[in-house]
Amino acid sequence: MEKYVLKVIDLSAGYSGNWVVKNVSMDVPHNKAIAIMGPSGCGKSTFIRCINRMHEVVPGASVKGKILLEGEDIFEMHPVKLRRRVGMVFQRPNPFPTMNIYDNVLAGYILNGIKLKKEEKDRIVEQSLKNAFLWDEVKASLYKKGTFLSGGQQQRLCIARSLAMNPNILLLDEPTSALDPKAQAMIEELITELKKTVTIILVTHNRAQAARVSDYTAFMFLGEIIEFDDTAKMFTAPKDKRTEEYLTGKFG
Amino acid sequence: MIEQKMDELKKKLIEEASLAERMVSDSIKGLLDKDDKALDEVVSELEPRMNDLEIEIDELCTNFIALYEPRAGALRTVLMILKMNNDLERIGDLAVNISTSSKYLIQHPQVKPLIDIPKMADEATKMLRDSIDAFINSNTQLAHEVCERDEIVDNLRDQILRELITYMTADPSTIERSIHLIKISRNLERVADLSTNIAEDVIFMVEGRIIKHHKDEKQA
Repeated sequence: MEKYVLKVIDLSAGYSGNWVVKNVSMDVPHNKAIAIMGPSGCGKSTFIRCINRMHEVVPGASVKGKILLEGEDIFEMHPVKLRRRVGMVFQRPNPFPTMNIYDNVLAGYILNGIKLKKEEKDRIVEQSLKNAFLWDEVKASLYKKGTFLSGGQQQRLCIARSLAMNPNILLLDEPTSALDPKAQAMIEELITELKKTVTIILVTHNRAQAARVSDYTAFMFLGEIIEFDDTAKMFTAPKDKRTEEYLTGKFG
Repeated sequence: MIEQKMDELKKKLIEEASLAERMVSDSIKGLLDKDDKALDEVVSELEPRMNDLEIEIDELCTNFIALYEPRAGALRTVLMILKMNNDLERIGDLAVNISTSSKYLIQHPQVKPLIDIPKMADEATKMLRDSIDAFINSNTQLAHEVCERDEIVDNLRDQILRELITYMTADPSTIERSIHLIKISRNLERVADLSTNIAEDVIFMVEGRIIKHHKDEKQA
């Protein structure tokens, strides 16, 4: 097994010739939670959207540099296959509105035209919902629409949908900023549980959340990674003056 | 998540407290049993372990505050753990002082039979143990009792001092040995003082009330 699940090498990304992410390099170890924090517009979302090649979907988008997923160059992989291995959950929960809960969990298979036996499907749905701490709340209503759930439940459903594909990495882009504190706490607890089996990369501008849930934190500013270190170290004795100022609320 | 981290922190402090207690009782036991090896162990093995623990707990507390932003009871607890950490490490230092004096004393004839010093040591270590029990169980009743018992140890120290002055006046050749005994009683009295501090911190931690320097009486 590769030492790092993900290696980002000198990555730049932008829109219409304007680089928003500049020469970013980062080694991501297996089964850890990595938080990427920084002020609005620092490039953190663009950065993680490169990891599952969602960035390229935007018209005028450009990207250069390398990203290796377990040693494999992602830009040479089929994007759909890549996205099965690198799941993503967004700020606003987005279950498929026409699908019921059961099908939502299986959406990755259904949309890819992968046929599964009934028992196999049942097993994946149950396991994924259990892993997303949602099973007990929805097991009696699996055939209801996912949009009937509360915001926090919908977000966990989206996490279950990603987990159903058994990804190596789960990208979370501000996954709790649209949720109330209780739902937020539940997602955070879920993250600490999930990292036992999957690497989590979490974008957040909530400093306290980065501190609570992540093992490593990267601080991005104006498209660059200013500092990437053990979270406890960064929050007690950051090396860079800009990180110190960001953490103490002087900007951002 | 925060509770789990707090439990780890508390466990570390309990480990430090039992080490402090062991250091004090070993330093006195070494004196009574004339056990040079046990006294050396306090200085060269237990003390460095204590120093490492102090640094570890300091770091755990700093990380805890930085990462979990504790408030109310959790904040009081982590702040008090920081202070207790300091007090326990000081108790370790006092045990080293006692061991050093004891090492001198066991190589010389006794000035007098040791009666009050072991009694004082029992009282002081019991105060330490009870203050930590009070911490573990958030038992403010026990913490109050510890604070009240400080006087017993103070009285014993005064008694030892008076008695040894008599010996020193009668026979100046006992002066050096007597001074070592006085130092030991002084160190034990400090152990009791620091245990009282810990007990006061427990009361603040549990009730949010400051009792040291008779603060609550003034406010009432």
